Amino acid sequence: MDLSEINFAVLVASLIVASTPLVLAALGELIAEKAGVLNLGVEGMMIIGAVSGFIVGVETGSAYVGIIAAAVAGALLSLLFSFIILIMQANQVASGLALTIFGLGIAALMGHPYTGIKSPQISTISIPILNEIPILGTMFFQHDLVVYLSLISVLTVWYFLTRTRAGLILRSVGEDHNVAHSLGYRVKTIRFLAITFGGAMAGVGGGYLSLVRVPQWTEGMTAGAGWIALALVVFSGWRPFRLLVGAYIFGGITILQLNLQAIGVNINIAVLSMAPYLATILALVVISMSRFRGNRGAPGCLGTSFVKTT
Amino acid sequence: MNNKIENTLFQCRAINKEFGNVKANDDISINVSKSQIHALLGENGAGKSTLVKIIYGLLQPDSGSMTFSNKDFTPKSPKDARALGVGMVFQHFSLFEPLTAFENILLGLDKELGENELRDSVITLSESYGLEVNLSSFIGDLSAGERQRVEIIRALIQKPKLLIMDEPTSVLTPFECESLFKTLKKLASEGTSILYISHKLKEIADLCDTASVLRKGAVVGEYDPKKMTARELGEIMVGQSLFEPKPPVATNKGDRVLSVKINEVKPDTQFGVTLKNIDLEVYQSEILGIGGVAGNGQEELMQILTGEKKAQRVSIKYMNNNVEMLNPRERREIGLAFAPEERLGHAAVGNLNLLENSLITDPKKRFQKKMGFINFSELNEFTNQIIEKFNVKTTSASALASSLSGGNLQKFVVGREIAQKPSLFIVNQPTWGVDALSAANIRQAIVEIANTGAAIILISQDLDEILEISNKVAFLTNGNLSTPTNTADIKTDEIGAIMGGISA
Repeated sequence: MDLSEINFAVLVASLIVASTPLVLAALGELIAEKAGVLNLGVEGMMIIGAVSGFIVGVETGSAYVGIIAAAVAGALLSLLFSFIILIMQANQVASGLALTIFGLGIAALMGHPYTGIKSPQISTISIPILNEIPILGTMFFQHDLVVYLSLISVLTVWYFLTRTRAGLILRSVGEDHNVAHSLGYRVKTIRFLAITFGGAMAGVGGGYLSLVRVPQWTEGMTAGAGWIALALVVFSGWRPFRLLVGAYIFGGITILQLNLQAIGVNINIAVLSMAPYLATILALVVISMSRFRGNRGAPGCLGTSFVKTT
Repeated sequence: MNNKIENTLFQCRAINKEFGNVKANDDISINVSKSQIHALLGENGAGKSTLVKIIYGLLQPDSGSMTFSNKDFTPKSPKDARALGVGMVFQHFSLFEPLTAFENILLGLDKELGENELRDSVITLSESYGLEVNLSSFIGDLSAGERQRVEIIRALIQKPKLLIMDEPTSVLTPFECESLFKTLKKLASEGTSILYISHKLKEIADLCDTASVLRKGAVVGEYDPKKMTARELGEIMVGQSLFEPKPPVATNKGDRVLSVKINEVKPDTQFGVTLKNIDLEVYQSEILGIGGVAGNGQEELMQILTGEKKAQRVSIKYMNNNVEMLNPRERREIGLAFAPEERLGHAAVGNLNLLENSLITDPKKRFQKKMGFINFSELNEFTNQIIEKFNVKTTSASALASSLSGGNLQKFVVGREIAQKPSLFIVNQPTWGVDALSAANIRQAIVEIANTGAAIILISQDLDEILEISNKVAFLTNGNLSTPTNTADIKTDEIGAIMGGISA
């Protein structure tokens, strides 16, 4: 084993790529949860995004069009969830699980003819001057558009939630929908918008997986990324920047174990592949143990249906 | 007459509102004049809340009309109402606990306002009306009085012409009430009309110019509260004559039933209260009233007394036996009974029916036949007796506990506990949300079991209730309990000071 075979700068660059689907999907879920909606269908919306993005990307020959299609597909699937929980007032946990199962199934069906095809390339945009900085340039400034967009979205979501009136209203709906209603805010409309945003973000995350990260379509390719995104939201304590850090830690573990496998570290491959998931469980346990601060992030009405009362 | 119309700010004519078969508002007409503090007086369920929700645009009437400043007034949402000059301070605070006071005020506004501009006007307001609040603190960390001030500021910042106050004093200390009344009087003198909802008769006499009394959804009449006694108003409100229970008369000094000594008990959560230096005793046929504003350790003390929480440095002696290590069930078996404040999920299981609730709370297994089968006839009889005696409004004994209104479930819980014929009965807020007549019934029942020899610990935020039936009174402030004193020896003006923690 020779650790010097691992190029640190390349490692960081690839961990950012590996983490981007998580950042996107988790950010969408964070908005939905801040509005009080627990959508366990992230995995389903991701894979629908992955397959739709891939199909459209292959057919049009443009990865960008594919990414947009992925967003639309994720948002469309989330409409189903909105209908079930906002209008039919069904249980959010059960509906979310159903959404995931539904998404996985329909994606397998849609993607079957596309198995084994290569996707169109997405171009890397090097940021002039900055990309020439040794090491840092390779790490951060030679990525594709979606990676930059994911970073901008983190900033935007943070700004939206903490600095704008609209963000405050969204949070207020998630904290106490009865009070928000009594002040005259339209709880269901706001939740609907938040769910749709969450769906679109999960879709883009999935599309990035199939078009850039892998890049190929295989059945069940999200492999639990949606669940990890859900865990990241909790891990972050519903804070965008902590979410980013968490996603990169997680991506880092994934990439590191791949690299370790490649250079033939004498650890059982099963254990290495397990590492990211073990890290998720560990992070969640630690977070839920820590009594300080943690709870202020969790929205008060998370997962509860809003019923107009008189 | 002309003068009267000119002076009218708000008027509603023949408002009707039905929920299912229940007429919540039946042909209601009232007039609120400019600069007037107008009381809306009535029992729970009399239709006060429905009416003000209609005025505030949260509900739409089935029929009837309203005018505001001589123009037709049909608010479709609170936004409409606020835009025209109606402000409301809710009974159950409509504040977001995890947000700051400032954010809460911001959310009550309809248009975006510059942060600094808003901060300035909030500060001006709070100074001129004595509404001091730290704007950057989280609502969850504020006391009830401070929360209310946030609500009032939020309403006032829109410069309402009509301010609706829904039972504002139910959570305040006497001192906080006084400062609230000063604020309201100042507002009225500057031209704001106030619609003041309450069922507390004394404060209405202090504060209000006119009182419209509602009963069963209809207006009974309009009265001048300054010219009537509280009792007269109360009887109009209830629709029949009221009786006042008297404290139990102990024929001879009975034996000590319970003695509790607590050095210090730390809370389980960061928002809890640390109990310190509590030393109390209760004797047979004695009611010990424990007063104080919510959140001063009532919950924590109740948990220690019931055995839900066990702690070091606590000694509880019941009839000369140490019971501090017994769990609630074991305590019930030896003759203690409890009625905690929270009815659903604590005093009763919402998804079980009343029969089942009686069954699971019976410590003596009297509804059990051989082989563990349930004796349904006994259980039915027991439960129906409670329903009858305490006038519990329910479809039947097999209705789910969660289907009862809060007040009715409360009557059931207290009745169920009293029916255990306990030697010691510990009750937290026995008449919270219960209408005046039923409340008097519950108090009477408590006094009756005390007269037959039971000892009672009555924890309540309703000062009048405590003074009415307790032999001794003590107050909880920040987890400290004042020394119990005979009710007869205590002066009302001292109570405020004790509750405010000024003297011990």
